[in-house]
Amino acid sequence: MSGSAIATAATTATLRTRIDAWALIETLAAWLLGMVWIAPLLYAAWAAIHPAGNAVSFELFAPLTFENFANAWAAAPFGRYFLNTFILVTMILAAQFVLCTLAAFAFARADFPGSGVLFALVLVQLMVTPDVLLVENYRTMSRLGLVDTILAIGLPYMASAFGIFLLRQTFKQVPVELEEAARVEGCSTMAILLRVYVPLAKPTYLAYGLVSVSFHWNNFLWPLVITNSVETRPLTVGLAVFATLDQGIDWAIISAATLMTSAPLLVGFLLFQRQFVQSFMRAGIK
Amino acid sequence: MLRRTTIHAWLMLTPALVLLFSFTHYPAVATFWHSLFSTPRGSRPARWVGIDNYVQLFGDPVFVQALWNNAIYAAATIPLSIAIALAMALWVNSRIVGRTALRMAYFTPTVLPMIAVANLWLFFYTPDYGLLDQLTARLFGWGPTNWIGTRETALGAMIAVAVWKEAGFFMIFYLAALQAIPPSLYEAASIEGASRAHVFWRVTLPLLGPTTLFVLVNAVINAFRLVDHIIVMTRGGPDNATALLLTYIYELGFRFWDTASASALTMILLAILAATAAFQFLVLERRVHYR
Repeated sequence: MSGSAIATAATTATLRTRIDAWALIETLAAWLLGMVWIAPLLYAAWAAIHPAGNAVSFELFAPLTFENFANAWAAAPFGRYFLNTFILVTMILAAQFVLCTLAAFAFARADFPGSGVLFALVLVQLMVTPDVLLVENYRTMSRLGLVDTILAIGLPYMASAFGIFLLRQTFKQVPVELEEAARVEGCSTMAILLRVYVPLAKPTYLAYGLVSVSFHWNNFLWPLVITNSVETRPLTVGLAVFATLDQGIDWAIISAATLMTSAPLLVGFLLFQRQFVQSFMRAGIK
Repeated sequence: MLRRTTIHAWLMLTPALVLLFSFTHYPAVATFWHSLFSTPRGSRPARWVGIDNYVQLFGDPVFVQALWNNAIYAAATIPLSIAIALAMALWVNSRIVGRTALRMAYFTPTVLPMIAVANLWLFFYTPDYGLLDQLTARLFGWGPTNWIGTRETALGAMIAVAVWKEAGFFMIFYLAALQAIPPSLYEAASIEGASRAHVFWRVTLPLLGPTTLFVLVNAVINAFRLVDHIIVMTRGGPDNATALLLTYIYELGFRFWDTASASALTMILLAILAATAAFQFLVLERRVHYR
């Protein structure tokens, strides 16, 4: 009796140590992966705050400097690029909010013939994204005389299927009773949209806004194709031009420029980590 | 007579639909149309050539190579990024030490511009000075390797960057799904004495089905779209070893200004994306267990 009890206790103990050992291995693996994931960024940060000569050697007490950032800032019109990206991102976001809100409201609440087919046509853009169609869109832009303008970078993205889809889902969850109550009060359709639906969808707007801003801040291929001057180039294209043409292999300066251009999003992410993560989650759950 | 709701609906839809049709539907159709004509050059206008552009494309060794590269790129990035994302989510969702810091480390690549990522990794891969070479030299005593300048390693190096960029993004969706699984299921499983592996395969993974479908579709689209780093890091080289479909569209359309071939190639890419969409709606949606 007692023998078997001891044996059971012994197996439980070995089982527990085995689980503990396994947990330790998993923790180490998770941390190793975390190190790999953060290493390129830390390496660039290291290079950016040390003099060019010390950029690639790891002397812990090498002198620190911010000269690389100053040099990078002086070497290319980054101020202009920042401004261009800021205009671009703001313009796209404002247009997306207006256009997607109107379309989503129609799809969510108006029951009209053909709405199903139209909605399916809208969803096509989820698969066939504008960056795949760059040859034809370039042709359209040159016909409209818009090549090398900030408007041309933003135009294909303004009516966003993703935004319409997301807002439609949110609007559908608004209780119809609220709308009816507002109608009894004598509100017009537009007033109902602005006073009932939009305020209730605030978290969705925040989520979509963060996703949209980080997407367009980072977008590259279409802006590369459609712009060819300092006055229109967004940061990403400016950085690519800077890194490939001007600098050869001065890693300290390139690292500084890279960090500088990513800084606003990176700092925003670090400050509002929870909102960022939750926004991306919300945007992904269909 | 038209009802008022219908008129209102159309008024609200028109601005979005006009833009959507101008920059998604029209160009898709126009691409097909232009792929049947020759490229206009100088005084020679475009003329009807039927399927010649397609025939030429399949005879073009660079296209065949790009198609093959893209297949490898997809076959590697899709399962790798999904598996790593799932592992990350499971870890960050468990009571692991320093989970907040880990979540931040995993997610950070998502907020970085792909161009910045490309610069970081160029530096990381630099022969001799780069962190990778410094590590391999210290650990294994290897000599300097030109990771992105050698045919054999260049595509692998690009795949690593893509997986690094994507995995943290996909992790978020798995994390959301994991947090939505009711704890009572796990309690029931532990009362039954189920092992951790058993719980994972029989409880967790099936419940993550819809998320996996969503992530999978995104991973497939990204396998054809996520090419910014290649354009900056290798420009499809060395010797077309990292050329993908979209980078070759860019090459054909905006380096050689051969818009007819670029249109034909775009149609092939669109066909692949359409097949993915059809697969999603017809096959997977029926099989995946929805809550």
